[in-house]
Amino acid sequence: HSSKRSLTKIYAYGHDQDQRKFWLALILTSVTLQDIRNTVGNIPMEWYKDYPHIGYDLDGKKIFKPIRNKDELDEFLDKMENPDYWRTVQDKMTGADIRLSDEQVDLVHRLQEGKFGDVNFNEYEPAIDFFSNEVMIHPVTNRPQDKRSFIPSLIEKEKVGKLVHAIKMGWIKPRRPKETTPQYYDLWAKEDPNSILGRHKMHVPAPKLKLPGHEESYNPPPEYLMSEEERLAWEQQDPEDRKLSFLPQKFACLRAVPAYSRFIHERFERCLDLYLCPRQRKMRVNVNPEDLIPKLPKPKDLQPFPTTQSLVYRGHSSLVRSISTSPSGQWLVSGSDDCTVRFWEVSTARCLKTVEVGGAVKGVAWNPNPSICLVAISYDDTVVLLNPGLGDRLVSTATDQLISSYEEPEEVKEQPVQWTVAEGEGHEQGHRLILKHPKAVRQVTWHGKGDYLACVMPDNGSSLQVVIHQVSKRRTQNPFRKNKGLVQCVSFHPIRPYFFVATQRYVRVYNLIKQELTKKLMANCKWISSMATHPGGDNVICGSYDCRLAWFDLDLSTKPYKVLRHHKKALRSVAYHRHYPLFASGSDDGSVIVCHGMVYNDLLQNPLIVPVKVLKGHTITHDLGVLDVTFHPTQPWVFSSGADGTVRLFT
Amino acid sequence: MGGLQKKKYESGSATNYISRNKARKKLSLSLADFRRLCILKGIYPHEPKHKKKVNKGSTAPRTFYLLKDIRFLLHEPIVGKFREYKIFVRKLRKAYGKAEWSGVQRMKENKPAYKLDHIIKERYPTFIDAVRDVDDALSMCFLFSTFARTGKCHVQTIQLCRRLGVEWMNYIITSRSLRKVFLSIKGIYYQAEVLGQTITWIIPYQFAHDHPTDVDYRVMATFTELYTTLLGFVNFRLYQTLNLVYPPKLDGQGEFSLKSECEEDYALESESYSEKLAALSASLARTVPSVEDEEAELDHFPAEGEDLEKMETREKMELEQNKQKKLFEGLKFFLNREVPRESLAFVIRCFGGEVSWDKSLCIGSTYDETDETITHHIVDRPTIDKQYINRYYIQPQWVYDCVNGKILLPVEEYFLGVTLPPHLSPFVEESEGDYVPPEKLKLLALQKGEKPQAEEDEEEEEEEEDDEDDEEEDDQSEDEDEAEDEASLAEMEEKRAQGKSLSVKVTPGKVKPENRMRTEQEEKAEEKRLAIMMMKKREKYLYDKIMFGKKRHVREVSLLRNSSILYAFF
Repeated sequence: HSSKRSLTKIYAYGHDQDQRKFWLALILTSVTLQDIRNTVGNIPMEWYKDYPHIGYDLDGKKIFKPIRNKDELDEFLDKMENPDYWRTVQDKMTGADIRLSDEQVDLVHRLQEGKFGDVNFNEYEPAIDFFSNEVMIHPVTNRPQDKRSFIPSLIEKEKVGKLVHAIKMGWIKPRRPKETTPQYYDLWAKEDPNSILGRHKMHVPAPKLKLPGHEESYNPPPEYLMSEEERLAWEQQDPEDRKLSFLPQKFACLRAVPAYSRFIHERFERCLDLYLCPRQRKMRVNVNPEDLIPKLPKPKDLQPFPTTQSLVYRGHSSLVRSISTSPSGQWLVSGSDDCTVRFWEVSTARCLKTVEVGGAVKGVAWNPNPSICLVAISYDDTVVLLNPGLGDRLVSTATDQLISSYEEPEEVKEQPVQWTVAEGEGHEQGHRLILKHPKAVRQVTWHGKGDYLACVMPDNGSSLQVVIHQVSKRRTQNPFRKNKGLVQCVSFHPIRPYFFVATQRYVRVYNLIKQELTKKLMANCKWISSMATHPGGDNVICGSYDCRLAWFDLDLSTKPYKVLRHHKKALRSVAYHRHYPLFASGSDDGSVIVCHGMVYNDLLQNPLIVPVKVLKGHTITHDLGVLDVTFHPTQPWVFSSGADGTVRLFT
Repeated sequence: MGGLQKKKYESGSATNYISRNKARKKLSLSLADFRRLCILKGIYPHEPKHKKKVNKGSTAPRTFYLLKDIRFLLHEPIVGKFREYKIFVRKLRKAYGKAEWSGVQRMKENKPAYKLDHIIKERYPTFIDAVRDVDDALSMCFLFSTFARTGKCHVQTIQLCRRLGVEWMNYIITSRSLRKVFLSIKGIYYQAEVLGQTITWIIPYQFAHDHPTDVDYRVMATFTELYTTLLGFVNFRLYQTLNLVYPPKLDGQGEFSLKSECEEDYALESESYSEKLAALSASLARTVPSVEDEEAELDHFPAEGEDLEKMETREKMELEQNKQKKLFEGLKFFLNREVPRESLAFVIRCFGGEVSWDKSLCIGSTYDETDETITHHIVDRPTIDKQYINRYYIQPQWVYDCVNGKILLPVEEYFLGVTLPPHLSPFVEESEGDYVPPEKLKLLALQKGEKPQAEEDEEEEEEEEDDEDDEEEDDQSEDEDEAEDEASLAEMEEKRAQGKSLSVKVTPGKVKPENRMRTEQEEKAEEKRLAIMMMKKREKYLYDKIMFGKKRHVREVSLLRNSSILYAFF
């Protein structure tokens, strides 16, 4: 009990909560653990959490934990049933449950209330004042006074003397009153207008804020208010994308105008702009847009060229893939997907003859030699040489004779193409020779002399893509040994023995006599669709599916001299006029654009290219417009065939 | 060739710029201090022309400062002050930690402070430069002066801002340099012409602010620190130019009336004095007694040709301005309590009017509501109970519209309870092809001195005529179209008839009336179209962009015009 009392006394001074707990624990242990003395000392008891014992007694033997197998339910039942449950605590040192006695409970209560542990301790005992103002007969201490208590301090004197000296000398000044308001004066009294700093050379003054327009008024004209849809659109836009940063509003009177909620934001953004936004001087292009348009000769001065649609040749029921004119310019042949070839008289638009063939016609080409009347027609894997029997009877019979006069050579060479002479009904229709190819033929084209015929069979795999037939000798040859890409179209040089082959991206020019590649033209486009050679032979135009038309000057460079992007959609066909400086291009957008393309004899002068007319007439069917264009051989007229099954003449 | 090979990024633009972090390290400042320094010194990032070159090949987004600017910052004495302040804070913290209260007290008394005078002088070498750049300063000061005296910034700053704002307004009143006012939904814009510089500022409406949380008030406070210094010096100099006493003092009469009036209402005399100044109702004391009619007349120089014309226009402008300055002279206004007092008092006094308000509303009222000489009573409520006969009861917009129109507008449209005409922005200057609201046209006509009623009719007629013209044109084109349509229809029918009966018919041909002008125009248009085809890619791009902008403008204008016509009808 004595120890307990001293502890409680000590406790009274420990006002800390932790200390209080500590003492409480100590009291409990001191009270309850009188017989079993755990010798582990003041250690965290969870160190023994995983062991069966809880410490050692004085003899060094293990103190085992009492067997506890209470679960939550038991605990709960205990709580409900045991009337002493509230005063039962677990001793951490032994693990045993201890029921606190009434005294102990009382002690705990007192401690909780912040009172002393001992009931009898009086905390308000009267204080005894030992050193008071009353003079007593017996002094508490009888020490004599120090000498220093009545002699002035030398050190202090020295200090004071120093301060006095400093004040006399003016070293120490009385504290000045603090300035709270800033003082202003004439800062620019001695201003020097030339004192501009060096850094100002690069100085970019901040632009001033934009002044508000009518729409920002509190009472704007009604046309500046947003309609319902505009308002919704405005709300859905990102704040950065909005043209106006606020919604225009109308108020009936000034009194009704509320505070603008983003005012501080806007000022803050301005601040940020001023010190965070990188500045750059931008030269605003102040160009008159009219000046940008190039000055070209007037189309009027470049006449003649086709200007109006004058004739429509109707009759085909499907797209007309290919057209060709006779060398005299009197007849026109057109091949269509409805498996027919029609012959028209140019001047009257009358269909003189219709020849049915066994497949959709991919290409027709009239022999350019005026003394031969032959038309090459390609469908599927067949090319038919057909004598339409139009025009001069003499020419027609001469052609027939020419074909029939062929004598078979003695040694028959194996040829890639099978030549057969048409007989029977076919012969009556005009078929003369039938050439069976191994693959589908896409394009046929004649050499200028009219003896050679080139056929294109596009195929990615084999080297047999282009074959050249000689009609008079019924001979076929494959000029190329290697496959250099998918061949799109071919064309003969009008004068020299050159041969142009257009693959997807390049045009290769071969010398047929030397049998070598002379030039490779880079078209700078994705996919060439068509090609035409200038009658002079030094210029080539290429149309491509990516809406470009490239003009090559072979003498100048292998790159295009000019690229025109005047069509909206893929180009299908291009053509040169044989005499006039004209070329035309037909496109999927249903238009034919005729350009003036003058080539000068002077080598130093570059060709002059001027678009002169946009001709429209074809209707777009199945996203296809104009499929083929060709010029009249003598007149400045252009024919075009379209996906709408018509051929049109523009004069 | 001899010589060392040049290394990349060791010359040229790469060496002219420095990234922000490097600049910070060079100055050995924290980011916050660096920012504050940039704000105070007016250093801003530059956008290099070739960012990749400057960034040494990298395309990372970086902000660049000019190296020269950063070098220039190296010698700034304020950087030293920043460091001193940092040390001060550290010492103070230590003293607090050690509970050395006397030390804390002493340190607080010796808190390092810096002045921005030299920075102002450096940034604005001449006074005109400073005046030119005072826009933002004014807007910011007026904003800060409306803040509540709690929380967001120091009370002293708010008081200082208020004081400077009042000083500025008093100057504008005395110099009569206000030009335009605009009531927007954001606040009230004012535009004044001070020493030939156009200065625009905005004052928010008098409401408590809903302080946003995503705004850094420290940045704003730094700006305000700079702006108050600038504005103080500018005000000082401006007061000097007008021979006014700075800090402003009311002239004798005002002072007297103040003393007699409201000594009991305000505890502090200094407070009541500043309030009286802020009331804007009394004129200021001058150092030199003012001489009336001291307007400097323009000297006439003999001039010829264009100069003469210019001179004449200038003289005309001058006359107009003088007239505008005296717009409200001789008018006596009384403000009801629901109208924005400060703004109206400011505007009316700027144009020579007299203004007063109810005594209980604010200090500084000069006459009572019962005064018989009051000409205009400004009210912003639908009706008023007690009306005096010999004055107009008008809505506040009248005052602002008069200022913007530079004439006294007819008051009928601004009576109580009347739907107000739209309030237009005076800052919009319509160039050719822009949309001009009909109200503006009316105003222009009024300015020319035409009678409003007749003008309206004329205008309408004109408009109608225009419309008719348009319609006629439309009709013409439509007629032609129709004619063509008809012709084609007839052709079609004929063809059909041919198809049916297979009989060939010859019908007399019709002479197609050829519109020469039209064909010519069409030809020209086609020529242009064809030429556009031949444009180079770059030029085409530019051309398309310009044309797109033009078309958009035209579209917007036409949209506005259409909707205005629509509103005019309904």
